[in-house]
Amino acid sequence: MTEKEANDRMSISININGKDYSAEVEARLLLVHFIRDIAGLTGTHVGCDTTHCGACTVLMQDEEQKWRAIKSCTIFAVQADGKKLKTIEGLAKNGELHPIQKAFWENHALQCGYCTPGMIMSSLGFLQYNRNPTEEEVRHGISGNLCRCTGYQNIVKAVLAAAKELKDKPNILD
Amino acid sequence: MYPRTFRYLAPKTLSEAVDFALSHPEEAKYLAGGQSLIPMMKLRIASPSYIIDVNRIKDLSYIKVTDSKLLIGALARHSDIEHSLTVEKNMPILKEAAAQIADQQVRNLGTMAGSISHADPAADWPAVALACKAEFSIVGRNERTVRADDFFLGPFQTALEPGEFLKEIRIPLPDGRYGYSYMKFERKAGDFATVGVAVMLRLKENAIDDAAIALTAVAPKQFRLYDAEKLLMGKEPSKELIEEASKVAAEKSEPSADLRGSVEYKREMARIFTKRAIKAALVRAGWGGS
Repeated sequence: MTEKEANDRMSISININGKDYSAEVEARLLLVHFIRDIAGLTGTHVGCDTTHCGACTVLMQDEEQKWRAIKSCTIFAVQADGKKLKTIEGLAKNGELHPIQKAFWENHALQCGYCTPGMIMSSLGFLQYNRNPTEEEVRHGISGNLCRCTGYQNIVKAVLAAAKELKDKPNILD
Repeated sequence: MYPRTFRYLAPKTLSEAVDFALSHPEEAKYLAGGQSLIPMMKLRIASPSYIIDVNRIKDLSYIKVTDSKLLIGALARHSDIEHSLTVEKNMPILKEAAAQIADQQVRNLGTMAGSISHADPAADWPAVALACKAEFSIVGRNERTVRADDFFLGPFQTALEPGEFLKEIRIPLPDGRYGYSYMKFERKAGDFATVGVAVMLRLKENAIDDAAIALTAVAPKQFRLYDAEKLLMGKEPSKELIEEASKVAAEKSEPSADLRGSVEYKREMARIFTKRAIKAALVRAGWGGS
């Protein structure tokens, strides 16, 4: 490859919740800003901007079509060119909340709500590996997400309730 | 927070990536998982002119066993190792360590080879690689192999020459009654280790006939605890022997005081976690003592 092929701007296209978003962006644009400012999907939050808080967590599909929870403030948008993402806006179907959203509602798992989208995407990420988690496993699974209201008890309760509800679903993201 | 402007390349083959890096040794950085590099770029501690994104290169994500060695490709993520049945069956210490790195999201992107190349003195993998007697396959102008023992030179310093790329980690599979442990002590969930201890031990009849112990976060680089290994070799395990071997950890540590504790505190934690890790490894090897 030559220097001519190395650019500080690129045209990229990212599929978010089934819809393609294309734009010319700076190589240094972080994925979270693509999601919020270009796609206009502001359910994904910026909390700390330092890979600690998990408010920016989204799911990204890897080469083997596995959905992985990632922190969208710690990946460049150009790295997601051609990939599929799922954000909090992609969960409800036909006006019906996803079972994990319902579980958060029913268990009073949100206070200010700022961490909630990240908590939910992160929970869906690890529930794919562990469909029947213990309380301790839930706590380990969401350890990359901070709730500054410190409402962890009810968040853990909600994730456990969601796991029960999703138990027989072949694909928990549907 | 935005990094400084850089120019981005996403080559499809490793040779293209390495050729470009070799011709821009001071200005280009490889981007694999990016979970250390991107935060450093956002803080502008690192400002490379060129980013070579290696994630579009095929066939670098493997985890497989060939010729009694576990082979881990450069793009195998921490979470791939955490959930790999091949790892669980052949080298479970890697699973134990992987699950303790950072958090789920970071593990989903970060790579073992990237962490080893980055050589943060508080990272988990370098200690595990030392205890497992790993070797690293490196491509640059030529291909070469470097043993873990010769690889870590200092904080963020390794045997990698500018432009070189760590392509594969090779770990000899243990043979016999091995026990293992990776114990990490962290101040809060997801933090870097205050101390981490990796232990691989083998029992033959009733004596320890192979031992490798490595520590992280308590010196300018990860290191093997050779004196403690020597102490254990050929002896029957006992509470006193474990006690004696773990004292070496306190003596050989050169921690620096920071938010995670004073020098004295860290030396003491190094001793305690070495003791616990040796004991856990012995129990897994089938030792009946306590």
